[in-house]
Amino acid sequence: MTGLVAVLITTFLASAVEAIEMVTIVVGVGATRGWRSTLIGAASGFGVLAVIVVVLGAALSQVPIGPLRLIVGALLLTFGLQWFRKGIMRVAARGLAGIGGQDPHEAAEWTGPGIDWTAWFLAFKGVVLEGLEVAFIVVTFGAGANQLGVAVIGGVGAVIVVGGVGLALHQSVRRIPRSLLQLIVGILLSTFGTFWALEGVGVDWPGGDAAIPGLLVLYVATAVTYITLERNRALGLRPAA
Amino acid sequence: MPPPFSWIVAIARFLYDFIVGDDWTVAAAVGIGLILSAILNVNHIVAWWLIPVIVVLMLGVSLRRASRTSR
Repeated sequence: MTGLVAVLITTFLASAVEAIEMVTIVVGVGATRGWRSTLIGAASGFGVLAVIVVVLGAALSQVPIGPLRLIVGALLLTFGLQWFRKGIMRVAARGLAGIGGQDPHEAAEWTGPGIDWTAWFLAFKGVVLEGLEVAFIVVTFGAGANQLGVAVIGGVGAVIVVGGVGLALHQSVRRIPRSLLQLIVGILLSTFGTFWALEGVGVDWPGGDAAIPGLLVLYVATAVTYITLERNRALGLRPAA
Repeated sequence: MPPPFSWIVAIARFLYDFIVGDDWTVAAAVGIGLILSAILNVNHIVAWWLIPVIVVLMLGVSLRRASRTSR
């Protein structure tokens, strides 16, 4: 049984990674085109995500735990390796820098009556597209650990925290080291994905759940090694013979 | 392409990009690794080490390929 804290931390961090981009878009649109339509668009996006989580969660809850672990583990491992790889490349290239740059949506402020559909659509699209990965991680991770409720709390908690920071300190969200967060989540998803997928095919881990910290140490060491190699490669250095 | 088929193609493309991403060889290696792990396990051979080894090796191969492509 995967610990409650592990589920909470992993889904919180995964959600925070995407929430940074999501909040940057929503705050950017709200600041330039007005808040009413933007917030309605964002709320509509969260409504769509909630439906996806409920439907996908209900579907996965019907699958027996053995095949579920294999499916969820394989999906999380494949998906987690994407973030693991991107995280290594980005941390090697940019270190702990945030996403930086200007607001992605610089548009004229809306002063007309009724709903500003441009603001609504930009906020809706930002929330749905950025939130889809989070919904996928929250549902699969929660189902694999048999703690969907805790996973949802972790995911929603991160959106609230990052959203609060974004609304209070507009530019600060851009300085959160997103690449590092993405790397950490990639390592966590790959760790649990490896563990569950192999349990799903019937493999016994030495030490049972105690193998999880061991996998974590291996993948962290792998990340540190590859980041060093990538930096050396970028600087034109060769490893010592 | 008429709408129902174009939607199916669009959804399939989205799911591929979403789950497999921009390096299909990593996903393929994980899939093959899981099948081999299952075969080893059925034959009572210790198999827990195989996927971690594949993860470490394939990450290196994929990073190497990505840095060559970006040059």
